[in-house]
Amino acid sequence: MAKLQAHAVKTITDIVNRYKDEETPLMMILEAIQREYGYIPLEVQELVSEQLNIPVAEIYGVVTFYSLFSLTPKGKNVIGVCLGTACYVKGSQLVMDKFSELLGIKPGETTADGLFTLDALRCIGACGIAPAISINGKVYPKVEVNKVQSIINEYKEGAAQ
Amino acid sequence: MSLVNIKIEGKDYQVDSSLTVLEACRKCGYIIPSLCSWNKGECSLASCRVCLVEVKGARGLVASCVYPVNEGMEISISSQRALEARRTSVELLLSNHQKNCLQCEKEGHCELLKVAELVGARDGKYQGSMTEPTVDELAPGIKRNTAKCILCGRCIEACKKAQGIGILGFEKRGFKTIVAPAQNRSFAESPCLQCGQCVLVCPTGALMEQSEIEKVDAAIKAGKKVVCQVAPAVRSAIAEEFGEKIGTNGTKKMIAALRRLGFYRIFDVNFGADLTIMEEANELLHRMNNKGVLPQITSCSPGWINYMEFFYPELIPNVSTCKSPHQMQGAITKTYFAEKHGLKAEDIFVVSIMPCTAKKYEKTRKDQGTDTWQDVDAVLTTREIAKMIKRAGIAWNRLPEDEEWDQDLLGQYSGAGVIFGVTGGVMEAALRTAYFALTGKEHEAIKFEQVRGFNDIKDAEIDINGTKVRVAVASGMREAKKLLDQIKEGKSPYHFIEIMCCPGGCINGGGQPYVKPLLLPNEDDDIRETYRAKRASVLYSEDERQVLRQSHNNPDIKKLYDDFLGAPLSEKSEELLHTSYVADRERYPNLKK
Amino acid sequence: MEKITTEQRLEELTAQYQKRLGEKFSGKDGKKHLVVCGGTGCLSSHSGEILEKLQELIKEKGLEDRAEVNKVGCFGFCSQGPFVKVFPEDRLYRMVKLSDVERIIEEDVINGNCIEDLLYVDPQTHQKVEKQEDIEFYKKQVRIALHGCSFINPEKIEEALGYGAFQGLRKALHMSQQEVVDEVLASGIRGRGGGGFPTGRKWQFALAQQNEEKYVVCNGDEGDPGAFMDRSILEGNPVGVIEGMMIAGYAIGAKNGYFYVRAEYPIAVQRLRIAIRELEEIGLLGDNILGSGFSFRCHIREGAGAFVCGEETALLNSIEGKRGMPRPRPPFPAVKGLWGKPTIVNNVETLANIPYILREGAAKFATMGTEKSKGTKVFALGGKVNNVGLVEVPMGTTLRELIFDIGGGIPGNKKFKAIQTGGPSGGCLTEKDLDTEIDFDTLVARGSMMGSGGAIVMDEDNCMVDVAKFYMEFICDESCGKCTPCRIGTKRMLEILTKICNGKGEEQDLEDLKELANATKTNSLCALGQTAANPVISTMTNFPEEYIAHVRDHKCPAHVCKSMMEYHIMPEKCIGCGLCARNCPVQCITKTDKPTANGRPNMFVHEINTKKCIKCGACISNCRFGAIEKR
Repeated sequence: MAKLQAHAVKTITDIVNRYKDEETPLMMILEAIQREYGYIPLEVQELVSEQLNIPVAEIYGVVTFYSLFSLTPKGKNVIGVCLGTACYVKGSQLVMDKFSELLGIKPGETTADGLFTLDALRCIGACGIAPAISINGKVYPKVEVNKVQSIINEYKEGAAQ
Repeated sequence: MSLVNIKIEGKDYQVDSSLTVLEACRKCGYIIPSLCSWNKGECSLASCRVCLVEVKGARGLVASCVYPVNEGMEISISSQRALEARRTSVELLLSNHQKNCLQCEKEGHCELLKVAELVGARDGKYQGSMTEPTVDELAPGIKRNTAKCILCGRCIEACKKAQGIGILGFEKRGFKTIVAPAQNRSFAESPCLQCGQCVLVCPTGALMEQSEIEKVDAAIKAGKKVVCQVAPAVRSAIAEEFGEKIGTNGTKKMIAALRRLGFYRIFDVNFGADLTIMEEANELLHRMNNKGVLPQITSCSPGWINYMEFFYPELIPNVSTCKSPHQMQGAITKTYFAEKHGLKAEDIFVVSIMPCTAKKYEKTRKDQGTDTWQDVDAVLTTREIAKMIKRAGIAWNRLPEDEEWDQDLLGQYSGAGVIFGVTGGVMEAALRTAYFALTGKEHEAIKFEQVRGFNDIKDAEIDINGTKVRVAVASGMREAKKLLDQIKEGKSPYHFIEIMCCPGGCINGGGQPYVKPLLLPNEDDDIRETYRAKRASVLYSEDERQVLRQSHNNPDIKKLYDDFLGAPLSEKSEELLHTSYVADRERYPNLKK
Repeated sequence: MEKITTEQRLEELTAQYQKRLGEKFSGKDGKKHLVVCGGTGCLSSHSGEILEKLQELIKEKGLEDRAEVNKVGCFGFCSQGPFVKVFPEDRLYRMVKLSDVERIIEEDVINGNCIEDLLYVDPQTHQKVEKQEDIEFYKKQVRIALHGCSFINPEKIEEALGYGAFQGLRKALHMSQQEVVDEVLASGIRGRGGGGFPTGRKWQFALAQQNEEKYVVCNGDEGDPGAFMDRSILEGNPVGVIEGMMIAGYAIGAKNGYFYVRAEYPIAVQRLRIAIRELEEIGLLGDNILGSGFSFRCHIREGAGAFVCGEETALLNSIEGKRGMPRPRPPFPAVKGLWGKPTIVNNVETLANIPYILREGAAKFATMGTEKSKGTKVFALGGKVNNVGLVEVPMGTTLRELIFDIGGGIPGNKKFKAIQTGGPSGGCLTEKDLDTEIDFDTLVARGSMMGSGGAIVMDEDNCMVDVAKFYMEFICDESCGKCTPCRIGTKRMLEILTKICNGKGEEQDLEDLKELANATKTNSLCALGQTAANPVISTMTNFPEEYIAHVRDHKCPAHVCKSMMEYHIMPEKCIGCGLCARNCPVQCITKTDKPTANGRPNMFVHEINTKKCIKCGACISNCRFGAIEKR
């Protein structure tokens, strides 16, 4: 087993203990770990498996079932383009394509510099302001294709500072 | 039990109200094909949708495997809608299934193919992309090909139910879903016991044993002295491969068939089993007399050894250091037998015919041989040897029944060896010999009924000349775990524990013939409940027939000790017949970083 | 806040808060009250900053005794956000920018003038509308589920109490469990989450179960793309939903309730959390509520991004820490649900209706709606319609009213083609259905369904095969993979649709598609699979000619499917400005030697090399003269 660093073991153990008294807390624990680290690698799942006495295959099955969980680290900025119906009919696919083109990555991928991850989202319930995107949870309304570059720049500059 | 009135295809029946539609229909004489739920709700995901029937008044079609019967229910199995629905489900499964049936090692045992026939599936009706396949052939015991998997989930259930470890699980979702160990690793990179219980239930060729037929063929063709040795449980089931009823003793025909396959010598691993008892019973007495670590736990089952090394390494001191019988016999074949015949160990190729897939792994372990040779060179499962027999054009039902094992140094065996193949057998055999060792007399009844049967955990207290020996027997690691935890907590009351990895022991090993109701139309409806007892009865009756009932009375064993080994636990015995375990076995030895 | 342990104290406080709220709306307290929308849509357009700035300025200018600012829940009219509303005038400012804040304070708060350019303009009459209630979008709406949204501060329990919270529960606690169930049965309310199963019957089943432990689960895993009413309700009035859950808990004999909310709705989760904590603090959640002996606790579980978890048994599996794969039924959750105990799973909107039913009585509720579908329904109106947003209308409202009166018609005077209801499980309704009174049953009868209430309007520019493909892609992605028809059937359907949209379809494909669609419908394990083919079936039924055009003539009549469409410059309209050529990413637009029609010197008609064109649409969006067309 690849070794986790001691502080990671502690953080994860703390998370597990925080939810341990809840009935069937697996999802809550995984969500907390995902929030904390941005991903849930196998070694972490093995630790959770030991502490909860759930087979690691089962945990892995849960992690790969839900799209919120990630096995690999996400970029510093996670760009989610909504491809829900309302956004789609308002051209969000074109917005997605533009992000894809400008960042040089496909949906689901992370840029080599680790700055951006591009995700396709299923309706974020922001249909009234379609097409919408969400960056690190912040929602951008009515995104037009020609705004994409400036949105990317905003975060690139943020990183440069 | 209350009864309800139902109609099937317009005909009236009365059935138990607790049944599902599928069970009720089977009881009433109908066969509804089903894949994910294959035996009285064993693994009822209701996911394959191959058992759909029409129930009057129900919304859509119902999955008969989970739908309960109720009063006045009207069921139609053969309505146009139901027929088409079942056919579509199967055709869709086929559209995402690697259909190279001629190369598939599942050969005549594929339930998908059978179901396709039953529903009249049209070849290539639906076509399209396939789920990205994984082929895992790294582990010596079992292999996996997801391109053949239909996601029925039986293996996941079997692993959990038998071994309680859940190596396999569903991964990803939708069309990308596969069944795999975590992160789609190889079995070799997972704490998999390679027991093959998953293989036994797999309806298709997705899970198979690693075939060693070619290796054996090559050895025979290369002119090696290929000695085969057959485990006791094999005879209890091999006849099934040739269409005989479950519970048929196949010993004699098997011997005749093996001889026709060109093996140099044909031995019974029962000899090795007798040898194991000599060593193991003496080891037990030694521990009891010298305040050694107790309880002593048997070591014949490589699946159990795997489990112990993965999950309970702290119990290593409790486990008997005896190699498993076929490994002992292999070691003796390559030393004692070779010596007597003026052969070198390298000239001999030992093939074990086993009910087991984990033995394929066991024989590759470092401590099972010397630097220059392994005790055993190849392990074939019961299913594989049956394949070889068929392929060689040998007509099973016309084989003579008067041929015997080769009597050449390792030929004799006792009834105690035979019952190794069933849970409790090793214990019973060991008790017979221990009784003799302690009392100098044979146990009158010979049988120790307390350790027979298929209860989860059996235990007994046997009074041997005032020494109370407390024993327990468990099969299936999920059950055995209870005994292990007891030991770990220092609360185990036992002296001797027998553990077999597969539920029911070797008769139900991962290398045994498949018992799939759908493919066994001539067996009774309850065959899944009775097959283990039927196979066990073959072994028990063979034990009864033996004149020799105790390992220590086997003349070939006596001769072996006199001429070669000296005494049980002697230096030579320790060298050839005993082994050691790896405490810090890396959990996932080949885990990719 | 103090603990409320008796009914009497609840009454006193309610009266007190009610008065305060009334004064606020009427201006009797001598103050102007500004409320700012705190829904996700408006927050994304900086309504949070607007709120802060308003507060700052009021403080700065010493206007504290003349004006107060508050956050409220979603206005529903999201396309026009962010909103700032001014009481007592009931004046609604829309599309407010941070730079408008100063003016609002100066002109409105201080000088009392209405700022005309921030008012809504009716798209039909081009008239400015000052009051919210006069806007067409709001006129036909009846707010029961959206009760309190855009009126009260969702993070202040006092405002919820002042707006009638806990009056329903209070009444229920005086009734027997059966009486509460009877009341819900009598109201005729049906589940707002999709299938429309009578809520009271669900409760009755669960009440009939003999079990110490039962659960109420609130399904907030709103996943239909295009629907966001549950989010807005949770964000706008979380206390109302909690009250609904408590009434359900009391009725069936449950002591614990679980909210299962999408992780994509962080604000909803946060407001729910605040509300639960506050209610626990004042004793309205916990043991012996209002001295009645009834005890109840609420818990929150977050989803993790799986559409199928909106299916109730998948949702239960998810709470149990498993893959969200649906369970076969029977047994139904009401018999064997969460952790094997009797459980009712009710949607957010359903629970939001419950307090009203208890407070106002089933009879009053039942006066609204159609014979078999009572009450109101919230629709998320979107797509090609002028007024995009959440609308709550009585059941039985026609599509025409919805699209043309409330929705203000189709933008750009395009032709209405279809309205898709029920999300990926639903279907399309067309011109001929416009005057149908919509309820659960009429929608199903016309090949669609209510679903959670998404209503996406499509115009002549939408290709219905492409729409079917869009939904199939969604379903294929979101299928849990458990059962064969849904796992493989949807994939095969998607492959066929993709082939058709790529111009490679044959007529046999339509046959296969139909067969697969029907098989998926009847053979799948759960509602997701059983309805997965609805968009295909419904578009094939309503727009057969579009499918035929795709497979027979290899043409996409709406010019959406790229492989069957070409961009062309109309020489008679081109003025030769060259803007298209400069914006073309593949340089496939060139100047010809043909002079332009307007006869200006040295201007020449441009031409697209259709072989090189990648059909990105950059030219058409840059041409200001409408000279480029799709063919």
